[in-house]
Amino acid sequence: MSANTNILVVGIGGQGVMTATEILAEAAIALGYDAKKTEVAGMAQRGGVVSSHLRFGDKVLSPQITPGTADVLLGFEAAEGLRWRHMLRPDGIALMNTARLVPPVVELGLFDYPEDPIADMRKSGTRVVAFDATTIALGLGDVRLGNTVMLGAIGDHLPFPAEVLLEGVLKRFQRKGEKVVEQNRRAFEAGRAAAKGA
Amino acid sequence: MAAVMPAPASSRLLMSGNEAVARAVWESGVKVAAAYPGTPATEMLEVISTYPDLYAEWSVNEKVSLEVAIGAAYAGSRSFCCMKHVGMNVASDALMTLTLTGVMGGLVIAVADDVGLSSSQNEQDSRYWGRFAHLPVLEPADSQEAYDMTRFGYVLSEKFQVPVILRMTTRINHVKGLVTVGEREAPGAAGFKKDPARWVMTPAGASKRIPLMFERDKALRQMAEASELNRLEAGADRRVGFIASGPAYMHVREAFPNAPVLKLGFSCPVPVEKARQLAALADQVVVVEEVEPLVEMELKAAGIEVLGKDILPRSGELSPQILKPAIARLLGEPVPETTVAPPMQVFPRPPTMCVACPHLGVYYTLSQVKNLTIAGDIGCYTLGAGHPWNALDTCISMGASMGVALGLDKGRGEADKDKRILAVIGDSTFMHMGMQGLLDIVYNKGNVTVLLLDNRAVGMTGGQNNPGNGYDIHDNEAPRIDFVKLVESLGVKTERIHKVDPYQLPVLFKTIREEVKVPEVSVIITDQPCVLTKAYHKLKPYEVAEDKCTGCGNCIEVGCPAIHVTRRGKEVKASGREVDLAFVRIESSVCTGCGLCLQPCAPKAIQHHEPVSPIKLVKAVEEVAQ
Repeated sequence: MSANTNILVVGIGGQGVMTATEILAEAAIALGYDAKKTEVAGMAQRGGVVSSHLRFGDKVLSPQITPGTADVLLGFEAAEGLRWRHMLRPDGIALMNTARLVPPVVELGLFDYPEDPIADMRKSGTRVVAFDATTIALGLGDVRLGNTVMLGAIGDHLPFPAEVLLEGVLKRFQRKGEKVVEQNRRAFEAGRAAAKGA
Repeated sequence: MAAVMPAPASSRLLMSGNEAVARAVWESGVKVAAAYPGTPATEMLEVISTYPDLYAEWSVNEKVSLEVAIGAAYAGSRSFCCMKHVGMNVASDALMTLTLTGVMGGLVIAVADDVGLSSSQNEQDSRYWGRFAHLPVLEPADSQEAYDMTRFGYVLSEKFQVPVILRMTTRINHVKGLVTVGEREAPGAAGFKKDPARWVMTPAGASKRIPLMFERDKALRQMAEASELNRLEAGADRRVGFIASGPAYMHVREAFPNAPVLKLGFSCPVPVEKARQLAALADQVVVVEEVEPLVEMELKAAGIEVLGKDILPRSGELSPQILKPAIARLLGEPVPETTVAPPMQVFPRPPTMCVACPHLGVYYTLSQVKNLTIAGDIGCYTLGAGHPWNALDTCISMGASMGVALGLDKGRGEADKDKRILAVIGDSTFMHMGMQGLLDIVYNKGNVTVLLLDNRAVGMTGGQNNPGNGYDIHDNEAPRIDFVKLVESLGVKTERIHKVDPYQLPVLFKTIREEVKVPEVSVIITDQPCVLTKAYHKLKPYEVAEDKCTGCGNCIEVGCPAIHVTRRGKEVKASGREVDLAFVRIESSVCTGCGLCLQPCAPKAIQHHEPVSPIKLVKAVEEVAQ
């Protein structure tokens, strides 16, 4: 039995973390892998922390990723990368959106948001590729393309071709017409390029 | 939810445990399914309601949902009921006598334990109900098993005419895995057969059923001993054998692939003889269970030497990284070195109210009124206990705000003589279990001001419909309760009932201030919808005029997540007192124009993001008011 692939997708409630993980899971299943997906979400709808675990391989037992064993950390929010970096295996990679979402407890002055969470991750020895998915999405004409940019970013960090994931992403938008499909294709490719280039 | 075309038989689908149970319920030919929403159980009934040819309902509480399922099972139909762990506390009055009557049509009750308290007020082990009520308990370990055991549950239920408990945990309900699905059986309804000795539980009738229940226990125990759901798995490394159920089994298998394991699926009554077999082939036996040491105690009582909670945590979720070091210590081996860097200290992100949530206005107001003791309840508005409002003093169980408030009133000491007692409760929670409490306040002449926050949905679980919004589980129109009339008919004086728009802070403030002074029960009903439901209409967003913002920070006290600090400063007042300043901006892309933050803004620095004609604004306000 070969080892499972462990992917951790993190962000905050409402960002689409769980949906992104589901699309990743479906791509793995389409290739015949066994897969399990689980969240530590809590009352995530209310702006809380979301960490979504995806494990796939010949056979998956426990759905949870053991700290220190994630192959890839896909971070939708900068500080969340810092929160979860310990989940990565020593040679794992973090693909980080640089977006900063500051919660009310920080605005109230009760806690501090780190000055540069991406730099902190690097300082602690984490391999990070960082990019601004929001700006990339806006450049392509719609902020909502951000999640497809994120999925594109992980495309070349999977044990299967990025095209399989791209196909799964585009299937989700088929009903919305050719224009939306094309926009998402471009967003996916832009994400791929961003994760390569940094 | 609208009916969908179910996936064909033999499909292999990525399903959560909740979705897998829903599919199995439909395939089992269930005719009636009922539930009250509750995390992590909610999606079971949501998904069931999308299948064709069965009756599904949101009930007003778990007890009623179980009673509906009982009635259907008495009528000879297969029925289903599901709830979160605390829901069974409410339903247990029916359950404890249901065990005596048994059922005709199969009845499976799925109970979801929130192990690790991701969104509950406590942690409970629902396997106790199997012992307490003498009922069989099935414990799936993944989505496929959730599906298989639900299907088997109906066979078991009808074989022994006994309701079956399907015990799930968050790691089953919300984990997605592959499930191979099957065909639907045609629903059959045997018809209700009058039999008072069986269905009318008087003392005389019930006492005759008790010995039958004990007989059933014996038969169930035999079946559990023989059941393939309780599987002895051989293993070469016999230093430690494991007994595990539910998600704990997966963790054991992952952490100790070569150990012998007794996998419990039909875990109550406990198959003691199978446990003895495992004990005979392993040097030591460790019971790995979430969360109470239930199987452990029963096996110890049967004279089998086992370990369990003496080396494993008593609460919360288990995982391979908890099990591995515990077993290493047991074996006197070096505890595996962790290569993992410790988690970084990062600010917390407690769940918070949404942008423009109508509760923001209520809690902002409550935080500005002095001398209050506020009994809270279960729902999004429990978040009012947090920052910046800190305006909720108790939270215990569904509907408890009413009784607790009355008790705070009647039990007040000299120190609290001038305290004003409030109760805060949501629409759905009020109908669930709050109405009786209000009646008690009225009847016993309590001095309580009740805030009934009607946001027309069960908010925290995802905005499900309820009798307060006039839609049923399928989004079809349904009779809509009139809260003013309801409260009036419970005996609250007409002049003590106020309906207030929670976005109108001065009105809300004045109403609360006046009503707390009146020494009798008042009810203030707020009437704006949850912003996550389709009843909510967005308005033009606001922004902060940078040159006008004085940094007073009043708007931050509203607690809306769309308000962000751009810079901080200090100012020395004429009195010599130094005050902190926080200059703000509004994230206009998420602001929906509720207008709460501009009301406490002294310099009137908050304005519409884009100029908007007054006519449009009036129209939009009217739209919301409707």
